Formats: sequence, C-alpha cells, structure tokens
Amino acid sequence: MAETSNIDGHGHDGENRRDFLYLATGAAGAVAVGGIIWPLVSQLAPNAREEAAGAPVQLNVSAVEPGMVITVVWRGGPYFVRHLTDEELELAADAPEDIFRDFAPLAARTGGPGVQPVDETATADENGAGATGGKIGRWAVMSANCTHLGCVPTEVDTGLDGWVCPCHGSKFDITGRVTKGPAPTNLPLPPFNFASEDILVIGADA
Amino acid sequence: MSGHSTYQPTSGFGKWMDARLPMARLMHDSFVSYPVPRNLNAFYTFGGILMLMLVSQIITGVVIAMHYTSDASTAFESVQLLRRDVSYGGLMQNWHAVGASFFFIAVYLHIARGMYYGSYKAPREVLWILGVIIYLLMMATAFMGYVLPWGQMSYWGAQVITNFFSAIPLVGDTVREYLLGGYSVGNATLNRFFSLHYLLPFMIAGIAILHVWALHVTGQTNPTGVEVKSKQDVIPFTPYATIKDAMALVIFFAVMAYFVFFLPDYLGHADNYIEANPLVTPAHIVPEWYFLPFYAVLRAIDFNIVIPFTDIVLIDSKLGGVLAMFGAIAILFFLPWLDTSDVRSGNYRPLFRIAFAIFVINAIFLGYLGSRPAEGIWVPLMKASTLVYFAYFIPILPLLGWIEKPLPRPASIMDAVMEKSQDEGAAHIEGSAAEPNTKG
Amino acid sequence: MIISRLKTALVAATAVAVLVLGGLSAHAASGYPINKPKNVDWSFNGPFGHWDVGQLQRGLKVYTEVCAACHSLNLMSYRNLEDLGYTGTQISNYAAEYEVEDGPNDDGEMFTRPAEPTDRFVGPYANKQEAISANGGAYPPDMSLLAKARAVERGFPTFIFDIFTMYAANGPDYIYSLLTGYQDPPEDADVLDGLHYNPYFIAGNALAMSNPLFDELVTYDDGAPETADQYAKDVSAFLMWTAEPNLDERKKRGFVVVLFLLVFAGLLYFTKKKVWADVSH
Repeated sequence: MAETSNIDGHGHDGENRRDFLYLATGAAGAVAVGGIIWPLVSQLAPNAREEAAGAPVQLNVSAVEPGMVITVVWRGGPYFVRHLTDEELELAADAPEDIFRDFAPLAARTGGPGVQPVDETATADENGAGATGGKIGRWAVMSANCTHLGCVPTEVDTGLDGWVCPCHGSKFDITGRVTKGPAPTNLPLPPFNFASEDILVIGADA
Repeated sequence: MSGHSTYQPTSGFGKWMDARLPMARLMHDSFVSYPVPRNLNAFYTFGGILMLMLVSQIITGVVIAMHYTSDASTAFESVQLLRRDVSYGGLMQNWHAVGASFFFIAVYLHIARGMYYGSYKAPREVLWILGVIIYLLMMATAFMGYVLPWGQMSYWGAQVITNFFSAIPLVGDTVREYLLGGYSVGNATLNRFFSLHYLLPFMIAGIAILHVWALHVTGQTNPTGVEVKSKQDVIPFTPYATIKDAMALVIFFAVMAYFVFFLPDYLGHADNYIEANPLVTPAHIVPEWYFLPFYAVLRAIDFNIVIPFTDIVLIDSKLGGVLAMFGAIAILFFLPWLDTSDVRSGNYRPLFRIAFAIFVINAIFLGYLGSRPAEGIWVPLMKASTLVYFAYFIPILPLLGWIEKPLPRPASIMDAVMEKSQDEGAAHIEGSAAEPNTKG
Repeated sequence: MIISRLKTALVAATAVAVLVLGGLSAHAASGYPINKPKNVDWSFNGPFGHWDVGQLQRGLKVYTEVCAACHSLNLMSYRNLEDLGYTGTQISNYAAEYEVEDGPNDDGEMFTRPAEPTDRFVGPYANKQEAISANGGAYPPDMSLLAKARAVERGFPTFIFDIFTMYAANGPDYIYSLLTGYQDPPEDADVLDGLHYNPYFIAGNALAMSNPLFDELVTYDDGAPETADQYAKDVSAFLMWTAEPNLDERKKRGFVVVLFLLVFAGLLYFTKKKVWADVSH
C-alpha cells in the first residue's frame, strides 16, 4: 500500500487502520475471484449422469471360446477381453523378460476362473491391479487404448504377438505387455472380477 | 484519447514492450490516468457495470454451451441435465438467465441517465448512436437466447417475433422463411439462433470498445452538464472512479445474486418449463419483461391506416404495429437532433424534468400494459401510452428547446462542487495529492 | 438540493403509479383460475428453505401408488432417490419392479429387462400418443417439471411484495390447491361432459382428471395422517423436489454468497470513503 500512502497526511494510527482496510478489501476481492473460478472449473468434471453411467458393467462371456478376443465398452472406452488358450498361456509365460519394455509377470496380467498356475513363483506386482493374486488366469482384460497416444491397436494374433498399434507402430503381446515402442507401458488393466464362472464384471474389483 | 500520455514504463520489459506494442500504455491512459469529472454520481457507474455484465454473460454462456445441445429433440432436456447433473450447472443457468434481465436493468438505467443529463448532445452524438446500436444487438441476442431452452415461451416467442418480418409488403413471407430456415419455427431455426446467439455478444463487445473509445475522445458528461474546463474539474480514474465503480458493481451483483439464488424464476415464465409444442399456444403469451413496453406499442396499433375518404388501406394494422414498434426504438437514433436545447443537464431545465419524469413513468406503465391482454380497457390505455411515448420525442423535446427558460448554470464543475460543499456546511480543503492529471 | 427535489418527485410518481396500477389490476381480476391458490407453509420456503425428507418419501409413495398410473416422470432417474435417503439396495429394488426396453442385443433384437438405478423413471405409457388415446384425448402431463411449469399470476402489487418475501412456491401451492379443490359445481357453472369442476384449475372451470386422492388411499408408515389433504401436500412437495432437486443446495449457497457480497460491498464502501476523503465532489 506504499504507493497510496501519499494520498493524505493522516497520522500513523490512521495509516494503520487504512492499510488494514485496504488489505481486508483486497482479501475479499481475492475470495470473490476464487469464488467465481471454482464453479467454472468444477462444472468441467464428468456430470452426475456420466458418473452413474460409469458404473461397473456385467457381461456373459460363456460364448467366448479360448483363443477369441472381444471388445467391450466401459465408461465410453473400449476394453479387450481375451480368452487365452493353454498354448498361449505357455507362450506368454516362457517369453524372456528382456523382450518387454515394461515387464510384468503373467499373473499380474491375467485373471478369471478355471486356472492352473503355470508359473508357481509369479506374483502380482504394482501393475497387478485386477489380477487374482499370484495365480494366472485364463482371461486377459485390458484397456484397448494404446499407452502412447490412445489409438486402438489392431489384433495380429501370431504366436506371442497380440496387437500392433496402427498409429505409431507399438506392439503388444497377447496379454497386452508392450514389446516395441513408442508406447512406454503395458496396456492398463481396468478393475475387473468374475462374479461367477461366466459373468465378467468390468469396473469393480472382486 | 486526447492529450499526451503520462505512462512511464518502469521495468526493462515494460520499456521493451512499450516500444513495440504499447498495450500497457493504452490501459494506463484509459483506466488509470484518464481524467473523469469529480462530481459524477452513482448513475454514472452503470457503464462499468454493463461492461462486467457482458463479461459475466459471455463466461456463463460459454459454460452453458458446453452442456447444451441445439437439436430440437434434445435441447429442452439438455438444459435440464445441465441444471440437475452438472456440478454448479443450475447456478450457471440461473446466473445466465437472471443475468440477462439484470443486463437490461443496468442498460435502462444507463440510457435513462444519458437522457436526463443530455449525454447525447454535441459532441457526443456518435457515442450515443453506438450505444443505441449496442442496445439493438442486446435485444437481438436476448431474444435468440430465450429461444434456446426450447420451452413453450421460447417457441411461441420465436413464432411471434419472426412474424414481424412477414409484415414487410410483398417479400415478407419469403424473408421469414429465410430467417426460420423452414416453413415454421423448427430445428433449423434453433440451430441458427444458437449460432447467432453465440456470435452477437462478441459483436456487442466490439461496438462497446468503440463506445468507450468515443467516450474517451469527448470525455464524460457530468451532472452539471458543464464541460470540463480545467484540471481542477477532474480527478484521475484510478483510484477514484475505480473504487466507486467496484463498490457499485458489488452492490449490483449482490442484488442480482439475491434473485439468482432465491428467486431464479421470478423474472421468467412458468410456461417455459413446458417443452415446445407447435400445436398448442400458451394461453397468455408475453415476451420477457424488458421487451414489454415495445410489445404494448406493437399491440396498440390494431387499426388499418387508410387514405382518408376512401377504403384504400395504406398500412394495415399488422405492418402498422411492427412499424410503430421499430419506430419506438429507431427514434432514439435521432434524439441528439430532436432535443433543441443548448442546456445539457436536466438539472437546469425545469420543464424538461417534468417531461422526462412523465416519460419514465409512462415507459414503466407501457411495460405493465405490455403484460396485459390486448382486450377491454387495456387497448385504449396502450394507445394513449404509446402516444405519450412518441410525444416526448416529437413534439415536446424540440418545442421545449424554444419555450423553456433554463436555470442559471455554474461556471464550472469545481464551482458547482464548492457550492454544494458550502450548502452542506462542510467545505473540504483540497489535498495536495488529489491533484488530477491534465487533460490536453 | 436538486437531487432531493428529484427524489421527492420520484417517490410521488411511484406512489401515483402504485395506486393507478393497483386500481387497474383489480379490474383485471377475471378469468381462470376462479380461486387463487392457497398458500402453504412449505419447509422449502424462504432463505433457509430445506427439504423435509420424510415428506418427500411420503410424496414418492403417493406418486408411485396414485399419480404414476397416468403421469410420467421422464426427467428423473431412480438413482436420484439417493437424495431422499434411500440406500443403493432399496433403490435397486424399487427400480427392479419396472421393466425397460433395451437393446438391440447381439442378435439385433430388442429385449426387456428390469430397470436399474441409472434408468429414468418408467412411465405408464410407451409414448405421448398412447397416453392421449388412453385418457380420452387429454394428455396427462409429464410431472418432472410440473411444479415449475404452473404459476398463477400473483397480480399487482403482490408480485412486488413477493420479491421481499421470497415467494417462489407458485407451483406447489397450485398443485396442492388443485388436488384439494374438487367440489360440486355451483348452479350456474357450465361444466362440459366428462370434465370435473375445480375452481383452482388454471385453464378453465373444470379439468379431465377426476379427484385422485381420498382419505386412507395410501398407507403411511411414519405416523403422518392418512388424509387426502396430507397426500396432496406431500405429493406437491415431492413434485417441487423433482422439478428442482438442488433447491436446498441453491439456497444454502445463496445465503453464503449474498452475505459475502454484502460484507464485500461494506468494505468497498469504507475503502471508497477513505480514498475520496480529501476530494470534494
């Protein structure tokens, strides 16, 4: 307030009172600006209907035979659901760690019922959201948006290779682990669980 | 703006920028050192309030447009989704709708202030005309905005107002079809109104900049109507006018917030909560309150104008009503030349003050009549009130300039201020730091 | 001095205008409704207005058991019932009593399934045409916004006092009055066949809907009186909620905002006084 203190020649007390007044007014102005900005930002968030529509989805996967991949939609985005065959599980388990850019054990990438652990030593790591503990499942459920810039990878399904991104050429194995960049990380796993043998729930952990 | 600039860039960057794009200088000269008469009263704060109202309407409007769909089948519901499901959506919608009303409250007070203090007189004719253009654009914007929620009043308002254009002889119906983009009000109409409703506020902003520019060329009027004569008469815009405008603004927004939060539907129509139905017209259809005076003028003309002693209709009642209504607005453009008095401020014009008071009361009454049905006693009242409205402009204003004996005016603004201080028995001694900036 | 004279003139002019307009409106008091709506002391009136959740629950019950036979509630979803204090399971169970059409499924066929909380309230008719045809040509309006879509003109000068009393209950007052306003028509009333006389109806002296509420029609489990009057009150309040579920939030926010703006204005007033202290104006 130094620049305004030459307006009058009041004594020291008057100056203090005035400074306080200016400070309080300025603070109230700042509160007002904040009060205006807050709702303007807040309204940008997904609205209540979007939020409600983003509740977990259930689907019957009894018709998805081993070896098949389906794409399901949750919260407006695509998710790959692959029913792995025994050969594919073996292939994925035996793949050397160094071909992956962001290695995660199979147990961390798969889930679902009816599984015989192939690799007893594998445990879920921090990538293991949705995986069923240290067990390897027959189902690989993952986001279908490439971790590079969000394109949907195309299915290739030759041996270990699962998908290739058409935008910038990233490659993923049959469980969604990235084997070639520019994608830096594996296809992320949504929260999911099996309510029963055939009912897959995407959007919620067990 | 006239006069030399007092802006002194202090920082290195300031100096660098000032030599390339002197935006800071422009702002400083327009809103910091700009000299304003020291005797402006509260009615002079509405210019600043209006500028902030425009900003407020644009911001909330942009937000609403993020959630709105301009499709006839979903428009109504999208507004409800905004109100129900979007965080602060109801607040945004209420603020925008109530804001439109308060925008007009402010603009009417601003216009009335200009009319009373003779702000339209030379050399401020262009400033005044720019203001009337802004007012016209505001009406177009408000009308189209009111159509967007696609309720019953939206739909039937669009129906009635676009029919004004069908009154144009020969080409009227074609003009209306081109406005609507169809044979009746429908999806195409809604889409183009949404597009134009988004565009027009930015045109208003553009004209408003010209309006402020023109203001800063001539300088403000003041309650005495005496032009600024010396630097004694003026004080710098900042901090004096800034703090006063800020206070007025916050009071204005407090009143508006009262309506937004406690009476959001008070200024609207219940019928607009019913989705548009092209088959059923609401029983009592009225425009928003700020159009009511003109709506009364429109309905006052319920007779054909014929060539005397024949049956030949010169102007039928429909065209006549529309012409009278547009005339009621268009006559404002000629106000600077209709007022023949040399005295600017109404404070020194005893007869003018009576005429102006009657004009204001009549305008409010005309608005009340606009909300009444066109039947019974109301129709002759509308006619009388319309007559009084036009009579103010012709012949009363031109005549007053001739017959009125104005009161003596102060020699300068400072004289008036000193006289007032003595009246109040509290003469102030000028503080040294209140020294105003020079003007010219 | 000039200003004060101007003020006197303005006050006098306003007083004259008030008298004139008041007199004129008295003449204009014709048409419908025959009776002005009764004013109910709703819990959501005034600056501290809030929902009476128990009342809204009862209103939902009346709507479900009586109104829903003919009137839809298109803008409400079952999930909104969370606001009325119901749990997720209760809402799911309530919703599951209704069937919605969904699809197409993978075979391209439409199918029906029990409604879920995210679904909109299932209406009694598939579409507007069916509703009109089932009700002898009279469309039972959707009720979501009914409490905001009906307002009886308050007249001059009441509409000015309404600003200060924050009167905004036109809709629920009207609905309550209509529901409790059915009566035998007076001798001279000209009531069309098939219509039911009601002096509170906004668009005539009679309406197609017959009196829907009777004492002991709906069972309440919270001890509230099981009378037609109470049903009418509860369902009117419920419809105010469906018309603006955020009403109480709006008022709470408003109190803070208006209070803040007044304090801010006060601070600015004193600041302005300080700034202008040594400038005569």
